[in-house]
Amino acid sequence: MSKEWPLWEVFIRSQHGLAHKHVGSLHAPDAAMAVNNARDVYTRRNEGVSIWVVKAADIVASSPADKEALFEPSNSKVYRHPTFFPMPEEVKNL
Amino acid sequence: MYAQLVETGLKEVQGRADMSAEEQAFQARIDAGIKIEPKDWMPEAYRKTLVRQMSQHAHSEIVGQLPEGNWVTRAPTLKRKSILLAKIQDEAGHGLYLYSAAETLGVSRDELLDALHAGKAKYSSIFNYPTLSWADIGAIGWLVDGAAIINQIPLCRCSYGPYARAMVRVCKEESFHARQGYDIMIKLAQGSPAQKAMAQDALNRWWWPSLMMFGPSDAESVNSAQSAQWRIKLFSNDELRQRMVDQTVPQAEFLGLTVPDPDLKWHAETGHYEFGAIDWSEFYDVLKGNGPCNRERLRTRVTAWEEGAWFREALVAHADKQTANKAA
Repeated sequence: MSKEWPLWEVFIRSQHGLAHKHVGSLHAPDAAMAVNNARDVYTRRNEGVSIWVVKAADIVASSPADKEALFEPSNSKVYRHPTFFPMPEEVKNL
Repeated sequence: MYAQLVETGLKEVQGRADMSAEEQAFQARIDAGIKIEPKDWMPEAYRKTLVRQMSQHAHSEIVGQLPEGNWVTRAPTLKRKSILLAKIQDEAGHGLYLYSAAETLGVSRDELLDALHAGKAKYSSIFNYPTLSWADIGAIGWLVDGAAIINQIPLCRCSYGPYARAMVRVCKEESFHARQGYDIMIKLAQGSPAQKAMAQDALNRWWWPSLMMFGPSDAESVNSAQSAQWRIKLFSNDELRQRMVDQTVPQAEFLGLTVPDPDLKWHAETGHYEFGAIDWSEFYDVLKGNGPCNRERLRTRVTAWEEGAWFREALVAHADKQTANKAA
């Protein structure tokens, strides 16, 4: 048996002005076929105006074990949210 | 149901005392409603059970195209034919979403397909019944996809992230399937006496197999209890089956068709229909490979896979050549 078709991750932009969003994955022998297959598998109902495909093997992801190191520091920085600063009610446009 | 009698490989439901620290933390996340993602730690039995359940679900979608494919060239109108083709294409898509989701658990697509083709992996019993008339296409959409929706909606909230997300996509598309089936039934039921008889005949043949899709009562099943604890099964087979009967009987009444169950009774005090005993020997017989179409279904899949091999290999050869050309 020959080698298995590589796995591609599929990203679809649903409308102009929105970002591409990950929708799933599929197998295809090359990038052109991956785009064709993505059209058939993920946009049968007008879900998109643009398709990105990326070889799954080329994606670098953070590890669940690094979650604390990566994301914990921002927990204590609530002042990064505008709601941290109470504003007097009579002050407008802030 | 699309996944029936899924084995967990466990003899009893794991209690907290038997769990390692990792397993306790895992169960706590599930109890808190936090989704498990592919790279998270998970017990081996959870992973294996999910591979079985999701691949069975995927295989069902793929094999499920075959009974309907039987009527593509014989659909009564071009419009019906286009709709049926779109529905069958959706089933292929659903199979692909589910295979991809299963692959996040570390199995390859080819391994999953090999297991199906070798007869090691199961698919739903329902697809081993023949489609004898056009009304069967209506009955499948109405009853089989109707049952699938009942099973799949809760799975949108299951504990494994990729499975839950695949189910959300599937459910969005599935209600088109149920409606197009019921639409066929309405047309036939309101048609000539012969057309109405055809619709009744389809209901007669598909009613019981559709109720069997949910699987036998699992009130006592260790596998189901463990799967419930892992939140990859959210309702019992009997609960889902009752939901199916309760919602489908009034739909049959609207069509003016008779549900083929002399024991069917409405109970106003419980708000549920009581229905007759199911012949589980038929279900087990179909699972064993002795349904009307088991051999033909598997043979068709294996032939498609084997006869398509040269084409899959040619595409790989082409891709390799293009890569080499680019590098040169």
